[in-house]
Amino acid sequence: MELQTLQNIASNERARQKSVRIYCCTSTGCRAAAALEIIETLEGAIHQRHLQDQVEVVGVGCMGFCGRGPLVQVDPDNLLYQEVVPDQAASIIAALQGGEAQPQRGNVHHPFFTRQMPVVREYSGKIDPERIEEYIAVGGYQSLYRTIYEMTPAQVVEEISRSGLRGRGGGGYPTGLKWATVAKMPGGQKYVICNGDEGDPGAFMDRSILESDPHLVLEGMAIAGYAVGANHGYIYVRAEYPLAIDRLQKGIQQAKRYGLLGSQIFDSPFDFKIDIRIGAGAFVCGEETALIHSIEGGRGNPVPRPPYPAERGLYQCPTLINNVETLANITAIIRNGAAWYAGIGTETSKGTKIFALTGKICNNGLIEVPMGITLREIVEEMGGGVPGGEVKAIQTGGPSGGCIPKTLLDTPVDYDSLRQVGSIMGSGGMVVMDQSTSMVEIAQFYMDFCREETCGKCVPCRTGTVQLYALLTKLLERQATPADLAQLEALCAMVRDTSLCGLGQTAPNPVLSTLKYFREEYEALLVEPQYHPHPPGAANQPVSALGSVPDSMLEGA
Amino acid sequence: MAATVVPTASPSQAAKPDLRFKRLDITMKRHQYRPDALIEVLHVAQEVFGFLEAEVLAYVAHGLKLPPSKVYGVATFYHLFSLKPLGVHSCVVCMGTACYVKGSSQILEGLQAELAIQSGETTADGQVSLTVARCLGACGIAPAVVLDGEVLGKLDPVAAIARVQALQQQAQS
Amino acid sequence: MAVRTLKIDDRELAVEAGTSILEAAQEAGIPIPRLCHLEGVTPVGACRLCLVEIEGLNKLLPACVTEVGEGMVIHTQTAKLQEYRRMTVELIFAEGNHICAICVANGDCELQDVAIQVGMDHSRFPYQFPDRGIDLSHPLFAIDHNRCILCTRCVRVCDEIEGAHVWDVAQRGPDCYIVSGLNQPWGEVEACTSCGKCVDACPTGAIFKKGSTTGEKHADTAKLEFLSTAREKHQWTR
Repeated sequence: MELQTLQNIASNERARQKSVRIYCCTSTGCRAAAALEIIETLEGAIHQRHLQDQVEVVGVGCMGFCGRGPLVQVDPDNLLYQEVVPDQAASIIAALQGGEAQPQRGNVHHPFFTRQMPVVREYSGKIDPERIEEYIAVGGYQSLYRTIYEMTPAQVVEEISRSGLRGRGGGGYPTGLKWATVAKMPGGQKYVICNGDEGDPGAFMDRSILESDPHLVLEGMAIAGYAVGANHGYIYVRAEYPLAIDRLQKGIQQAKRYGLLGSQIFDSPFDFKIDIRIGAGAFVCGEETALIHSIEGGRGNPVPRPPYPAERGLYQCPTLINNVETLANITAIIRNGAAWYAGIGTETSKGTKIFALTGKICNNGLIEVPMGITLREIVEEMGGGVPGGEVKAIQTGGPSGGCIPKTLLDTPVDYDSLRQVGSIMGSGGMVVMDQSTSMVEIAQFYMDFCREETCGKCVPCRTGTVQLYALLTKLLERQATPADLAQLEALCAMVRDTSLCGLGQTAPNPVLSTLKYFREEYEALLVEPQYHPHPPGAANQPVSALGSVPDSMLEGA
Repeated sequence: MAATVVPTASPSQAAKPDLRFKRLDITMKRHQYRPDALIEVLHVAQEVFGFLEAEVLAYVAHGLKLPPSKVYGVATFYHLFSLKPLGVHSCVVCMGTACYVKGSSQILEGLQAELAIQSGETTADGQVSLTVARCLGACGIAPAVVLDGEVLGKLDPVAAIARVQALQQQAQS
Repeated sequence: MAVRTLKIDDRELAVEAGTSILEAAQEAGIPIPRLCHLEGVTPVGACRLCLVEIEGLNKLLPACVTEVGEGMVIHTQTAKLQEYRRMTVELIFAEGNHICAICVANGDCELQDVAIQVGMDHSRFPYQFPDRGIDLSHPLFAIDHNRCILCTRCVRVCDEIEGAHVWDVAQRGPDCYIVSGLNQPWGEVEACTSCGKCVDACPTGAIFKKGSTTGEKHADTAKLEFLSTAREKHQWTR
């Protein structure tokens, strides 16, 4: 395919599109509330009123305001209807001809929308994710063409480096540096992996990107492949996201048909194919070495790094692993330039970040905001605060993150500031908690999660999380003494410092951060130690494990 | 037990050809019998057989030329693979943070009491399997429950129990 | 041969490039505790006992899989490391049922040795007393899962040296256990050659010869190193 062909597809598609487009969200959340029925009703109403030539209904990806779904938006009038029920949907069509629309009108001038800065989500909720033509019509795959014909691989890497993009999966490792490492490895087989194993509870940014704009990620992967010299990509998606998998499969097929993936892309010597790998329910597979083992068909056990996957990864070949959101940023950087991207955000954290704002909050949903915005702006202005209550804490970063108290709401959201207050950016989950939430219970909830999700390979993570969970349970059962609290802290430090992979190293974070800011809640649960000559819980008594070790051996040690 | 787990060399040698094994063969062939296709093949096996019985695991191990212990290790590592038969209906309660904060543990407790089973178990009549999910990514409509693949959002214990009861009655009638 | 010079516990050393910190320390006679490491099979870095501090790095690194670097300054016995090692051993003891007094490996047990080495006389964590079962189906050997510390030495020895791959790890997290075949009794696994290498590889009394009683197990771990050197370097010396 040539550039002209691509542009022809785009102009044909634009010509095909009707003047009035009614967007209806068909992502997982809205589907659960009868979005598909609403589409049917809307289409029925259009036919009834003989408006087929001017109006079309488009099933689109996520519009972000998931808490008020299903959402219907009328373009170009920019009318938003929320919490639409199928019975009322027909009146939206009637309203086009001067009637009265029954569904509740959403306020598109609310800070929830106006404070956002859509870069990755620019076309989420505006194009049909199941039709590649709509993606091409808004400029899709032109960045890939540009990189192949106007840039050398080294220039692409340089562009990404200069943009200041950092990994969106949690660690915040500079993306350009990662690309440069893989690109500099000697030639031969290399791979690109897109990590879509979004396991953090409370996070659904990656699901939304894959469901709303799958080609954005596919194009980003192809550009990455060109830059680092890989001709094969894998995209690893959780099995819990069937709709995302379905749309990716369709996307790959359509892109292959147009020659935008596969052999000789745009008639150039560059080949790039993408395979989907479906996870099978293991949080630890979000860790890159575990993910590689899982793609290779094994148990998702992490291995010590170095060697990093950039040197020796999938099938022992140099491998670039990036998160979905990271790869979704690539086309925008190529299109608008590194300088433009580096102009967004703060000194050390560039660009925008998508957050899943959930929990006890009025407006919950997905938001894309520039780095450096404060938590207060997100929670109070955009989120509208806690319904009938007050914010107590905000949890970011899932089981690897921490709870930030309301006194620190003015913290800017960037990698380094969040780390300073004892949490992490993570993949972008942001769960708001109010006064009814017990922080010790939250810590226990996350420890339960880690205890169930540890792979079991290394000792501190396998048994340390079990003991930490037991200590937290003891606290909540009001059986713990100050000595137990001290032991809890000591064990947290040990698990953090000695575990093999990120899962174990960050597992104590929810405990440590709640201990830091809500220590009084822990202390309120403590009891004074009671000494019995024959304590009832004999199991808790230290038993000399070594039994009959000869004294000579003890002396020798 | 040992007799049942020895892999049947090929479907042609088996007493009667089982179409389900045929599907496994097709899947393995499509992946060129590569050992790294194990998880892909197990996904298909679980879909075709409903759960991964020893015979199926042995068949896959033989087909992909993998040690049986490795196949067993992989099959038991991942949550989604079940080595026990599942119920006719599946009920998955999301226990992600957003759902938890909004009371999904009460929903789970309610369902456990109603069905008289713990999560991870199947009712005695083999009708309903109750499991928990770590996060369905449907946090916008928390708390969420998935009944037979259909995501239901903004539930409370009463509503959730009512939906499950409806399923059970459907099964009886 | 490229040489790297480094410092371990204030001792200047020069070793071949590509050597692990553990091997370098061993050459210099500096003891670093370890349990999952076994000469002759691939290191996995799972027991976390051999973690060391390297100046300029804020992460502790496992000596068994970390290669020496030029000018590295390594500490193996800091107060923090000693405390963490002790806790690690306590966690292992609390996780299984390790009662030395009635164990076949009493007196010849690496877990026991390490406990003594790190000064662990009791566990501050509550014992979990799991009920993990014993498999006595093999005619020559037996496995007592209660004494297993999941070091996976048996898995690696059986796979890499014997090539039988009888063993693997099943389940995950705290539910992990060493599985033979398709979760079959060991004696019914056809792949097992009854070579006994797993018995020698096992650091505790988990895998043992049938008929041994308390303190009668003597594992020949050096045999496994001998086999792998013989194969790879064609040197038949012990």
